[in-house]
Amino acid sequence: MRDSHTETLGILSGETFPVSSCPVTDITSFQKILTGGVEKGQRISALFGAPEKDGGLRLYAVLADDSAGRLHLISTDVQGSYPSLTPACPQVHMFEREIFEQWGVRPEGHPWLKPVRFEAQRTPGIPETRPIGIADFFHMKGDEAHEVAVGPVHAGVIEPGHFRFQCHGETVYHLEISLGYQHRGVERQLAGGPHNLTLFQIEALAGDTTMGHMTTYCRMVEHLAGMVAPARGQAIRGIGAELERMANHIGDIGAMSGDVGFLPTMSYCGRIRGDALNMTAVLCGNRFSRGLVVPGGTAWDIDTRLIDNLHSRLDELEKDATSAIELLFETSSVLARFENTGRLSKETARDIGLVGPAARACGLAQDVRYRHPYGIYRYVLPQMYTWDSGDCFARAYVRWLEIQESIAFVRGMLNAMPAGETRKPWDGRMRPDTMSVTLTEGWRGEICHVAATDDEGKFAFYKIVDPSFHNWFGLALALRNQEISDFPLCNKSFNLSYCGHDL
Amino acid sequence: MLIDLVKTRFQQKYRTMAWPDGPAPALPERFQGRPVIAGTCQADCQVCVDLCPAKAVALKDRAPRIDSGLCLFCGKCAAACPSKVITFTKEYRLAARNREDLVVGPGSPAYPDALVEKARNLFGRSLKLREVSAGGCNACEADSNVLTTIGWDLGRFGIQFVASPRHADGIFITGPVTKNMEAAVLKTYQAVPQPRIVIATGACAIGGGPFAGNPEHVHGGASVVPVDLYIPGCPPHPLTILDGMLRFIGRI
Repeated sequence: MRDSHTETLGILSGETFPVSSCPVTDITSFQKILTGGVEKGQRISALFGAPEKDGGLRLYAVLADDSAGRLHLISTDVQGSYPSLTPACPQVHMFEREIFEQWGVRPEGHPWLKPVRFEAQRTPGIPETRPIGIADFFHMKGDEAHEVAVGPVHAGVIEPGHFRFQCHGETVYHLEISLGYQHRGVERQLAGGPHNLTLFQIEALAGDTTMGHMTTYCRMVEHLAGMVAPARGQAIRGIGAELERMANHIGDIGAMSGDVGFLPTMSYCGRIRGDALNMTAVLCGNRFSRGLVVPGGTAWDIDTRLIDNLHSRLDELEKDATSAIELLFETSSVLARFENTGRLSKETARDIGLVGPAARACGLAQDVRYRHPYGIYRYVLPQMYTWDSGDCFARAYVRWLEIQESIAFVRGMLNAMPAGETRKPWDGRMRPDTMSVTLTEGWRGEICHVAATDDEGKFAFYKIVDPSFHNWFGLALALRNQEISDFPLCNKSFNLSYCGHDL
Repeated sequence: MLIDLVKTRFQQKYRTMAWPDGPAPALPERFQGRPVIAGTCQADCQVCVDLCPAKAVALKDRAPRIDSGLCLFCGKCAAACPSKVITFTKEYRLAARNREDLVVGPGSPAYPDALVEKARNLFGRSLKLREVSAGGCNACEADSNVLTTIGWDLGRFGIQFVASPRHADGIFITGPVTKNMEAAVLKTYQAVPQPRIVIATGACAIGGGPFAGNPEHVHGGASVVPVDLYIPGCPPHPLTILDGMLRFIGRI
């Protein structure tokens, strides 16, 4: 539906529409609509460039109106450069940098126009391609001011990224995060697809969020093909997604416990996380839900024997997780380290467009399952929890509340599985010249996919926004005026994806 | 306070698995491990070759050969084979010291050799590794890291992931090695004192995995450094990873 007074296209997450129905406006109105939306409390879920057939570049923006459960889509054509929106609307700063890096269209007046991923040169006229890690890093000078550079290879078994801390003594005044080391060219491969390897690439887009991205992708394909996955398939997707949330949240609480030197909960949670992954392996044979979700539904069903098996594993997990995590929250030395560490205010969180548990820990009541319900969450909804303090404690505690909700959700689903098939066959075709925006609440927060088909029903473009793309800057701000030794704890309290960001 | 700690410790029980001295942990029913090739293909049938998204299947003398280094273990070939020549078994022992041993054909051994005599002599009692994720999606990383938890207790074998290459005996690569990580992988390798080893874990690190063909990476660790042990899977089960390391240094 075209929204006459705002000149945007008002849609629901998952709704399809002809590509030509997306309104194209001039850059001034485009930016006015975005700043106007953000002032009213809306969020920018995506802002990206897509090539036009005539060789030009069109910018698309998706505004999420959480209170109304609606999305607003708007586009504009740009050439060469345009006035940057970042000074008026900080949450677009990464999006504008990405557009500059990918398409060479310069946002004039952007205060922080640095590479996002150090992508290899794509098109003629692109800005200079610099070797990875060479950037104009912010630099602090003065007596006793010093710089600490970490990465790309880190001390733990984790993904690569480069961090620069500007410190005075032990205090961090500024943290700069420079990523791109994980860039595998996923979006570029998707254009013209789907291909043979597409499903596998989406599964490995962010390997700890396979359910999140696969559910988003498969729903996108289903929308564009004009089909709906059967209820039983939706239920299994819900179980898989909540198991993924549970596993990662339990692992994160354990890791945060380790980072403040409280070893019991660290040891217990490291193992219990595996119990949740093993439940996923009961569903599909793989601990990271590879092969579970397919366009049309799920590849695997569960019979009563497997349901019983999952029930008893879930009971065991609940008992173990409760005793391990309650111990953590009853330990005053842990609370002393968690509380007031890495604090983000609600206003800052809103300004930078924070998503997921990190946003809920700042008191922002946003959750795609609630605000833009999809799949099984249209019928069964876990409770949404927020906490006001915005510190490491809040990010840990919101996770614990969510773990309990996920356990209850999975138990409820197993008790009342919808009957019927788990998947509908898909002939591989999608409607031509059709577009859709699909949102999902991954365990880190909002996953946004935007896709359009060409006249042959292939992807004209496929845009992916992982929650980490919004949230890395939140970590940088949370570190300000913290001791540098608090970095591991703050980092784990966000636990963001490098490959989800780098694509 | 102390009483709660002690109470919780009892509730959580002793959880380190008995394996390799006792039974291996149970694998999920739907687990797909090393494939077995038995029987003869129908004339002119190459459905497995055509279906394989990873281009891991080739035909030779009317029998398929599956390159488990490229295989994503999706099972499409086995499901579609009209003569049921391909079966994915529960065999978790997938790691091999030679790249060509990852190719499974008719008459291939139940599992490939992983033992390297020199590695046994040098690192049999102590193997310190620096993990380098180079485009890995965090699944291989997570299921390597899980080995350090109390369930698997990697430390009891003298194996440890260490913080610096200067403290390490070798590097453990995950991911296809993106062009943006190529220099970092090489520098990390060069920072390890000699003699040193390289373990490539997961389909990405062996041949690019799901991202094979993308120009943004170099299709695995072997393009940058010499690989001594290959551990297939997408991602490999932790048991596959641990088994590979233990057989490599002759601990089992």
